[in-house]
Amino acid sequence: MNTEGATSSGVAKDGALDSSSTAKRNSKKPKYSRFTQQELPACKPILTPGWVMTSFIFVGIIFIPIGFASLFASERVVEIVDRYDEDCVPRNYSYNKLAYIQNNATNKTCTKRLIVPKQMKSPIYIYYQLDNFYQNHRRYVKSRSDQQLRSTASEDVTSNCKPEAVTKNNSAIVPCGLIAWSLFNDTYGFSVKNKVLDVSKRNIAWKSDQEQKFGSDVYPKNFQSGSLIGGAKLNASIPLSDQEDLIVWMRTAALPTFRKLYGKIETDLEANDEITVVIQNNYNTYSFGGKKRLVLSTTSWIGGKNDFLGVAYLTVGGLCLFMAISFILLYVIKPRPLGDPSYLSWNRGTMN
Amino acid sequence: MNSDSHLPLKIGSLNCLCHNDSPSSSIFDESQCNLLGDFSPVASIGGEKPPPLEHHRTCSLAQLESAAESRVLEQFPLECPRQERRRRLVSWGAMELQHNHISNNSIDSTSASFEISSSKPRRSLRRSRHKSLQFEDNFSSNEANPRLIYIDDPRKTNDKYEFSGNEIRTSKYTIITFLPKNLFIQFHRVAYLYFLAIAALNQLPPLAVFGRTVSLFPLLFVLCVTAIKDGYEDWRRHRSDRNENNREALVHQNGEFRSKEWKKIQAGEVVKICADETIPCDMVLLGSSDPSGLAYIQTMNLDGESNLKTRYARQETALAVSEGISGLIRCEQPNRNIYEFTANMEFRGQRLPLSQSNIVLRGCQLKNTQWIIGVVVYAGQETKAMMNSAASPSKRSKLESYMNRETLWLSIFLFVMCLVVAVGMGLWLLRHKEELDTLPYYRKIYFTNGRDKWKRYKYYGIPMETFFSFLSSIIVFQIMIPISLYITMELVRLGQSYFMIEDGDMYDSSSGSRFQCRSLNINEDLGQIRYVFSDKTGTLTENKMEFQRASVYGKNYERSLLMVDPLLEKNIAATDRRRWKLKSEVAVDSELMELLHKDVIGDERIAAHEFFLTLAACNTVIPILDRGTSSSCIKGELHEEVESIDYQGESPDEQALVAAASAYGYTLFERTSGHIVIDVNGEKLRLDVLGLHEFDSVRKRMSVVIRFPDGAVKVLVKGADTSMFSILADDTEMGDHIRNATQSHLSDYSSQGLRTLVVAARDLTDAELEMWQCRYEDASTSLNDRVIKLRQTAAFIESNLKLLGATAIEDKLQDGVPETIEALRQAGIKVWVLTGDKQETAISIGLSCKLLTSDMQQIIINGSSEDECRNLLADAKSKYGVKSSIGRNQNLNSGNAETDYLEIPVDMKLSNVPRWNAGKEDGISRVPLALIIDGNSLVYILEKKDLESELFDLATSCRVVLCCRVAPLQKAGIVDLIKSRIDDMTLAIGDGANDVSMIQMADVGVGICGQEGRQAVMASDFAMGQFRFLKRLLLVHGHWNYQRVGYLVLYNFYRNAVFVLMLFWYILCTAFSTTSALTDWSSVFYSVIYTSIPTIVVGILDKDLSHKTLLRYPKLYGAGHRQEAYNMRLFWITMVDTLWQSLVLFYIPLFTYKESSVDIWSMGSLWTIAVVVLVNMHLAMDIWRWEIFTHIAVWGSIFITYACMVVLDSIPVFPNYWTIYHLANSPTYWLTILLIIVVALLPRFLFKVVHQIFWPSDIQIAREAEILRKHDGWGQS
Repeated sequence: MNTEGATSSGVAKDGALDSSSTAKRNSKKPKYSRFTQQELPACKPILTPGWVMTSFIFVGIIFIPIGFASLFASERVVEIVDRYDEDCVPRNYSYNKLAYIQNNATNKTCTKRLIVPKQMKSPIYIYYQLDNFYQNHRRYVKSRSDQQLRSTASEDVTSNCKPEAVTKNNSAIVPCGLIAWSLFNDTYGFSVKNKVLDVSKRNIAWKSDQEQKFGSDVYPKNFQSGSLIGGAKLNASIPLSDQEDLIVWMRTAALPTFRKLYGKIETDLEANDEITVVIQNNYNTYSFGGKKRLVLSTTSWIGGKNDFLGVAYLTVGGLCLFMAISFILLYVIKPRPLGDPSYLSWNRGTMN
Repeated sequence: MNSDSHLPLKIGSLNCLCHNDSPSSSIFDESQCNLLGDFSPVASIGGEKPPPLEHHRTCSLAQLESAAESRVLEQFPLECPRQERRRRLVSWGAMELQHNHISNNSIDSTSASFEISSSKPRRSLRRSRHKSLQFEDNFSSNEANPRLIYIDDPRKTNDKYEFSGNEIRTSKYTIITFLPKNLFIQFHRVAYLYFLAIAALNQLPPLAVFGRTVSLFPLLFVLCVTAIKDGYEDWRRHRSDRNENNREALVHQNGEFRSKEWKKIQAGEVVKICADETIPCDMVLLGSSDPSGLAYIQTMNLDGESNLKTRYARQETALAVSEGISGLIRCEQPNRNIYEFTANMEFRGQRLPLSQSNIVLRGCQLKNTQWIIGVVVYAGQETKAMMNSAASPSKRSKLESYMNRETLWLSIFLFVMCLVVAVGMGLWLLRHKEELDTLPYYRKIYFTNGRDKWKRYKYYGIPMETFFSFLSSIIVFQIMIPISLYITMELVRLGQSYFMIEDGDMYDSSSGSRFQCRSLNINEDLGQIRYVFSDKTGTLTENKMEFQRASVYGKNYERSLLMVDPLLEKNIAATDRRRWKLKSEVAVDSELMELLHKDVIGDERIAAHEFFLTLAACNTVIPILDRGTSSSCIKGELHEEVESIDYQGESPDEQALVAAASAYGYTLFERTSGHIVIDVNGEKLRLDVLGLHEFDSVRKRMSVVIRFPDGAVKVLVKGADTSMFSILADDTEMGDHIRNATQSHLSDYSSQGLRTLVVAARDLTDAELEMWQCRYEDASTSLNDRVIKLRQTAAFIESNLKLLGATAIEDKLQDGVPETIEALRQAGIKVWVLTGDKQETAISIGLSCKLLTSDMQQIIINGSSEDECRNLLADAKSKYGVKSSIGRNQNLNSGNAETDYLEIPVDMKLSNVPRWNAGKEDGISRVPLALIIDGNSLVYILEKKDLESELFDLATSCRVVLCCRVAPLQKAGIVDLIKSRIDDMTLAIGDGANDVSMIQMADVGVGICGQEGRQAVMASDFAMGQFRFLKRLLLVHGHWNYQRVGYLVLYNFYRNAVFVLMLFWYILCTAFSTTSALTDWSSVFYSVIYTSIPTIVVGILDKDLSHKTLLRYPKLYGAGHRQEAYNMRLFWITMVDTLWQSLVLFYIPLFTYKESSVDIWSMGSLWTIAVVVLVNMHLAMDIWRWEIFTHIAVWGSIFITYACMVVLDSIPVFPNYWTIYHLANSPTYWLTILLIIVVALLPRFLFKVVHQIFWPSDIQIAREAEILRKHDGWGQS
């Protein structure tokens, strides 16, 4: 990298000389400045083989440790995933799951046993995972009223919430819209060795959402009062800011397969512990073939269990090192002196 | 007159001679003078009733004169077939006999006819004859619909309200019309219509992808900015209009001249203008303070020529002007030709012809004349000045038209993507048909209890839904069509223009003119110029004539190095204390100076004396003294006075000669119509000017008859060598010797590119003088055929001359012309010179400016008929093995940029493609060819299509083409010859009005603001002070601009496409529902705020190479010819790269956050930041030169994006509230961005590195050399 600077000083002198000698006539002469003459000091990077190799090696050296670190972090995360939507339907309903889930009379309770593969340090996060649920569908994403959620004054701002905006006597539904209406309503109870594990449902939502987006004086109203019940009902005596399940649900997921935080277990679990989960299988994903999973997972600095970042970093880092080496080899085999005018196309012709 | 009787016959023969207009004009004139030659003596006889003896002499003189004429006749290359010419000569001879006959037998009838001729019917006959001669061509067409002006009767003139008033309006809007009209004009642009259509689509309820206000934002933004700019410009125009309209002039009202505002002046009014005032409208001159009706005007504002021009009032009106004039003027309808005016005036029963010399135009200034009075014929918008102020047609750059081709491709991509989304949507709906009612994330039916129950919610059936999803995906993907690119390009060009204007190296300090960008659309075309068409005079040369050499009495004098001042002080100041100071200094030859001051009286001394006297006297130059002391002051009173003198004249040659004479002590310092005063080494010599025959293109000489104080009368003549040698007296041996010596000097001079004139003189005897005087008087007062009669009178005395010597004037080459031409040639640009000069001068100038070199094979085409031209072309083609056009055209039509150009200097070519096929095959060595062709041949060639393509083949295989004696329109024709056949960019450069057509025809027109005025500048796209700036303009700025704009376009395509593709991949994951993870505002801001600034800054400031390197290696300009910065291949590479980058952008976050609890806004935020950082890093990787502004723009953009995200995420009503804060806390987020950037740019980086190291372009090598080898002399000096 070089900076331009020495060359322009001569020009500067000329300019000054000119303007002083013919100052009177030169009212129109462009004033000299390094800016107007496009001679500002500048850094002119050039891809020399040295630079290329250095940058490849540099990327390699940065990437490989990051790769190892994230791979290691990901390995340390212990994750238990259990799909229960199939298993929790009684055998006699297995060909008509829809009827089972839509029937209020059927027993929705379902018990599952999970083995802890490795020791899980607290906090252990409980997620539910839905597949093939397009929370990112445009009709769905837009079907909410953020003003209404914030304050009681904007209770009637429900224009975006159709078709779950108002009740038959035109009073607003709070919270309105398809998102709230389809609130997930399966519940889980955990016990290890017949000892019930406490599930903390506090602080599962973003603090900012709780404090700013969901009003502490906004209470559910007319919720799930239509003829079709979409999901969970809300306790009308608790303000929205404390309805953390709702807040979590309202942060719509980015992808059709998503997890949402259900709660936290604050005790450690030992390897080979058997967890008994009592599931209230209420939520209807059967109508669109969506899967339901229960996920117990510890966490690390990288988040959940995902090897992708680690592998990607390692691959890219390795690739860069490989390219650095091959460039060195190539350059040794076929070097080209940089900036040799004899390589200019019109000079090359005459050389041969 | 009797001769009237055979007039029809002659006119008939005339017509048959004059079927070709331009070359035969000279014949036309001549034949006119021939046929009039026989009766003009008759007139003189009739008028003065001379004695018979005198009459005889007249006849012999007439013969003599006709002999002279015939000599002249022979000298002119006549284009008409020979036999016809012979016939004419024969008939002429016959007429002479006839004429004698007439004069013998009809003296009485002549006098009779004279009596009749004063009566009215005769007059009308003469008038009609006159008209048939002079107005036949140009006025008859207008005569059907003339404009009638009643002098001093504006009411009658304007009773039909058909003529415009004198108010001018250059502004476009008024306050009321501004908004609608401005919007109307703005929406003429397709870009805005596109914005509008998208915004309108978004307002439809089923398609509301973005919020309503958000979607209008880009359109409103652009509209507002443009409206403010337009409004400001118009306000300025309003202001200047108001100033102009409220100026005042003296108008004749109720018998006296009263002041009146300009805007109220009407056609037909009589206006009085005083000295130094500006003319308010186009007026026919009626009279002036000069009794002869003469007025001097300066036409600086109109055509930029700074010298004074003379205009005349008709003698008849000039005498009557004090009594008040009434009459009727019939003139042609308003037109924009400032060099022509055809009209006639009915005045006191006479019908007077009016021409260009009788009209003064709006914008001119009156000089050296106390007052003039004129009648308004054109006012306001109809004046020639206003009609000429129309903007030149806008041009579109080549790169932009290529860009439109690629935009079409992008539209196809857009269409395909929308189709995919729509079809996907349709299939998805079809598959989920049964569940749609209840799907928690779709729900097409109301289940709430109320009046809407069971109604459908926003569902219009699958076909309609599919269609709507197509439309809404157009809204989401709208920026795929880079509409904002057009606005970005305008801004970038504006910035580039700023730097071109501010370039100190393109400032001409001698004329104080900066570079001007008059067109903002074609900056990048400067980097791809293949042909330069240049004018010669004033463009290659300075058009400042300088007296260089003289041949006096057969002796050659070259100028010495001594300048005038010391010499004058030594020689003249001693004898005379008074000194004339010239505005420009002339070098003198000391030997010649000594000769002039020798006391010995000898032939040589006398010849030298007369030589300089002729130079000082025989001209039309007007001396203007700076200090207004009168010339009559007695010597001695002005001891210390140093007067500065400035010569004004229409011909720069004459100015140079007068200045030279002054340097040798013969200072012309006073000229009136009757006499001139010359200061001969301190003695004042008052010479009576008895008559002056002005220069005309037929005689090619001028003469003046003067009477010395001692009563001797001399005729002094100067003229072109071809026309002078034939009228010299051939008597003595000495005369022959001088003649031969002078002739050899002349050929010597002209071979050096000097313009030569021959000077001669002779004494007139009393008899001759008397004879001449009476003829001259008759001729110069005659109403009709004055020109012809005068020409004959001139021929009468311009004979038997004594040769005095010859002058050589240098039309100095401008600074740096040879270097510039050499550099342009090395750059692979072909320079064609189109000049009105004669062939020898053109060739010699060509040699001196290194356009022609001695190793070149000159092909000269001087055909005088179509067949001759055809043969010459064919011969040349076969001789030099030029391929015929058929094969080549196919080659061209393939449209490949690599093979588009056939002829580049040999060493320019890469060794891989043997382009000079023809030359090789025929075994002819590669001699560079130069084609020299003259205007006459071009007349024939440009008429015929096949000849034209022959010429094209020949010309394009020549390295240099010189066209001499070309008319202005032919210049345009030659440009068109190239432009219509191949894609190569053409540039025309010129300085005069005769170059306007060429400048407008070429892809890029460059005007030189030089001596010849502003016409060329007004028509040009770029204007500059010197030809040599062309080198810098093309090689440096052209190269930069081309590289910048080329990259800018590609980058903008990429920038928008990568964003749209990213959105597209996501939409595939959202059940084709055109959801955007990005917030509305981020989507809109992306191209407006987040990424726009760096492209603009880089487009203006980036430089691949320094100007020193570019000037040192002109061949680097070839990058533009090879279209290296922008071509189809690069476009597709960019698109593939875009595809890869968009996939990386989309899938890395997707895999990272697979099966996680990430929400849509976090993901959107991640993508927003990632794409902005990515495109900026992409740009950063390609920036050649990092200035402080570049740093600010690139890093600033990323910073601003973050800032915007923070602001947007801090507003609680948005669902994306606080997202960025959460993300910033997570290491995964940062790691993902880093990974995206590296993986996305890796292939591009690799490609770039491999390309640069193993297949470096010329630019790359030069750049390495410039940066790494600075100490080797690169980048120095």
